[in-house]
Formats: sequence, structure tokens, C-alpha cells
Amino acid sequence: MARALSPRRLWLTTAAAWFVALLIFFPVLWMILTSFKTEPSAVAMPPQFLSADWTLENYAEVWARSDYPRFFWNSVVIAVGSTLLGLVIAIPSAWAMAFVPGRKTKDLLMWMLSTKMMPAVAVMIPLYLIFQRLGLMDTKIGLVLVLMLMNLPIIIWMLYTYFKEIPGEILEASRMDGATLWGEIIHVLTPMALPGIASTMLLNIILAWNEAFWTIVLTTTRAAPLSAFIASFSAPQGLFYAKLSAASAMAILPILILGWFSQKQLVRGLTFGAVK
Amino acid sequence: MSTQSSRLAARMMVAPSVVLLLIWMIVPLAMTLYYSFRFYRLLSPDRTGWTGFTNYLWFFNSPDFWLALFNTLALVGGVLVITVVLGILIALLIDQPVKGQGALRILVIAPFFVMPPVAASIWENLFMHPQNGLFSAIARGFGAQPILFLEQYPMWSVIGIVSWEWLPFATLILLTALQSLSSEQLEAAEMDGAGPFARFRYIILPHLTRAITVVILIQTIFLLGIFGEIFTTTQGGPGSASTTLPYMIFKQAIAAKDIGRAAAGGIIAVILANIVAYFLMRGLGRNLDA
Repeated sequence: MARALSPRRLWLTTAAAWFVALLIFFPVLWMILTSFKTEPSAVAMPPQFLSADWTLENYAEVWARSDYPRFFWNSVVIAVGSTLLGLVIAIPSAWAMAFVPGRKTKDLLMWMLSTKMMPAVAVMIPLYLIFQRLGLMDTKIGLVLVLMLMNLPIIIWMLYTYFKEIPGEILEASRMDGATLWGEIIHVLTPMALPGIASTMLLNIILAWNEAFWTIVLTTTRAAPLSAFIASFSAPQGLFYAKLSAASAMAILPILILGWFSQKQLVRGLTFGAVK
Repeated sequence: MSTQSSRLAARMMVAPSVVLLLIWMIVPLAMTLYYSFRFYRLLSPDRTGWTGFTNYLWFFNSPDFWLALFNTLALVGGVLVITVVLGILIALLIDQPVKGQGALRILVIAPFFVMPPVAASIWENLFMHPQNGLFSAIARGFGAQPILFLEQYPMWSVIGIVSWEWLPFATLILLTALQSLSSEQLEAAEMDGAGPFARFRYIILPHLTRAITVVILIQTIFLLGIFGEIFTTTQGGPGSASTTLPYMIFKQAIAAKDIGRAAAGGIIAVILANIVAYFLMRGLGRNLDA
């Protein structure tokens, strides 16, 4: 809808847009700045900006003192593991619904999404007990399973949206050439669907990485990922502001960078194709 | 062109996810329903048995429950209003031919990638803290008393934090929709003498209906279960001032170790989610067709 503006108005709107964007971004920026300050500098009044004492000490200390590497590794395993498992289950389903739709396909999709409306707390008790019974408590495999199931509807919806945009004629042509069902999926469909699968994967990794209910309820120490670690990080009297900020930055930076590279596809994918 | 065999194959391919989701939904829900009618406290393991609706009545008779119900709806409603209204305004602003649009998008989307506990602890400590927070520094700079955000306005503070997290999502979806609006239509309206407000009301807003629907639908799904932000900042307090239904149930299960009550709360939460979903679908469903 972009329209030409007079130079003066262009300058003004640009300034306004940058001001608003920086305001939204500011908490993240302030956290990153604080993470490089010494503790006294981090809580100094008035707040120090350019005059602060800068240091890398906080990162070194968080890395050494806490079990940061383990939390980080747990986050990676849980986010990537649940996503890959979800994709393995969702790809055939989304493929079938997109290319061999039945009368009930739309209803089925809506039903799948509706399972996400069920509040997690409602099933917390049974899951807790099942986990204890099966010895899944505080294990990575348990969280992989739960997060996979939690995000499965989203994965299927997104894949379905992407697959629907692949023209069906190409499949018919390959079928004429005698391709089998699996041959069709592997040689024809997969190359065309890869961008969609990639952005589904990214979004799901982000959702799983940032999950902060099941990770808190179902873990204690061994399998706790970064979201559980940060949730329990207390900062009494502001003595640990810089270290808290460093730990926070380390928790979000991998995902922030991943997200920045893929933001366009992510936004499109999250609308389930409803907004072009 | 689907043959008999390909249709069968298709069913086989859909089956695993349907079966998994069915189990994921039905097994825990059935167990929750069962426990909700049982006396089941981890602290008194010897006593068991059916208790009828006692667990449910405990909720309905507790003033905290009605507060929690109100807080849950206020959180969902408040965040929806804030993110949609601000989202439209910011999207309209960024949609202008401003310099550095790509960089702007990157700045605006950042909060979406910040995990809830981190978002909550940044706001709690670096901004809202009465001694060391940036807000208190600003207030003192003006010679005013610092505002005790989490103590005096806990629910508003939580709504603010969650709105910050979801604003990027709303803004970018609305921006995507805005960019598909043709400028000819707007120029024609301008020629016909339509002012900025008329153009917004009769051309831009109708064009955004679908995007707004998507924003409301997706956000509601996530907002009904908000947990990490409250867990990190207020722990539902002071008192029960910022306790939502999910957090109240969590407290019953973890702190009071009353499985029966927590289960009853879970069933109430499911019913609430269904009511919300029903009204959402009725009110918005027709915007999504086509």
C-alpha cells in the first residue's frame, strides 16, 4: 500500500517508525547492555549508559558457575528432537490431507487445532502421574514426547498450508510416468516442499525452545532446559543483575539469531496461509 | 484424481497423527475427570474415595476462584485489545515508505523470540524493580515516587509484559496484510474526498478483518495458558491478586498437593476454554472461510 510522501513527511514518518521500533526492541537491548556491565554498574543510580564499566566477566562466570552448558544442551536436544519427531509424523499426514483431501479434511484440521485449546494445566496431573509411573520424570525423552504432541497440530497446519500451494498437476504427471507413492513423495514432492518444511521446522524449534510450562513442571535438574533454568534464577536485591542478564542473553540469543534469519517465512507460516 | 488405493494410503498416512492426538487428548482428560471426583491428597495418602462434587464446590465457594477467572479473562482480553490496536497503528506506520524497513522488522519481531521466563525476568528486574529498575530511575528523575508495579498493579504489569511479547506477532501479520492492499483503491478514495479516517474505516479496516481474525484466534490459544510470566514475576501475588486459573490449579497441585482439587480445576479450565472457543468460532468463523 506504499505511497509516495513528501520529503518532509517521509523524514518525519521514518523518525517515528524508528522510534517505535527501538522502543519495542529496547528491553532486549537493555538486557544485552546490562550483561556486559559490572554488578555495581548494572544497578547504579542514575542508570549508566556510556559511563558504565564494561566487562565480559558475567558470561565467563555464568558459564563456569552454573551448569549452563547442560541446560543449553538439554534445550537443543528437546527443541530439535521434538521438532524432528513431529515432522516425521506430520509430513505424511499433511501430505495426504493436502493432495488426497476428503470431505472431512477441513473438520479434521479444525479438530487438530482445537486440541491446542485444551489448557496444559488441565492435563498436568495425569501427565505428572504417567511420567512418574513410566520413569519419564526429568528425562529428555519425556519432554521430547510432550512437546512433540503439544506442537503437532501447529506443524500439521503449517505443512498443510505449504503443501496446498504445490500444484497438483506435477504430481499427476509423475504418476503418469509410473512413479510409486513413495517415489512421488521422495523425488517430486520433497524438493518442492523443502522451503515449507524448513520454515515449519524453524518455527517449531522456536516454540519448543521457549516452552515454559511443561519444562518447569516435568523437570527438576537433569533434563531441565534453559527456560526452566531462567525461571528459577532469582535476583535478590539486584545483586545479580549483570549475571542474570548474561544468562538470559545466552538463553535467547541462539533463537533470536535463528528467528531473525527466518522472520519473513515465520510470519507467513504462522498465519496458516490465511493472510497473504 | 484419487484412486481407491491412493485414498487408502492417504488414510494410513493421516492415521498416526490422528491416533496420537486422540490419545493425547482423551487419556489425560479422562484421568483428570476421574481424579476430579476423588479425594486424593498427597499429604494424606491413606484416605481415598469418591467425594462427588466436593472438589468442584471448593472452587466455586472460593473467592480466589472468581478472581482467578476474572484475571484469566482480563489477561486474554487486555492483551488482545492492546496488541491489536497498537499492532494496527504500528503496522500503518511501518507500511509507509520509510527508510530501512527490513531493519525495522528485525527490531520489532525480537520480543517474539524471547522465552517467557526471560521476558518476565527482564521486566521484573531491569524495569519494574522498585529500587534498581529503570522505571523507578525515571520516576526519581522527575522527582516522583517509584511505582510499585508488581506489588500494586500486578495484573496490569503481567498484561503489559505479555502484550510486549505478542505485539510483534500482531504487528507483523497486520503489516503483511496491509502490504497486499492496492494503493489505487486508496488513491481513488482520496480523490473522492475521503479523509484519512474515512479511508481507514471503509477501506483499510475491512481489508484487515481476516488478519485481525487470525491474530485473535492464534493469540487466544496461547494466552489462555499463560503461565511462565506469572510464575517468574508475581507467583500469583500479592495474595491472589494476579492468580489466573492456570496458576491457581498449579498451586493446588504443587503447593497444596491436592490432586483431586487440581483435577477439578483442570476440568473447569477445559470448560472455560470451550466456552471461549465457541464464542470465538461463532464470532470469527465466517471471516476465515474462502
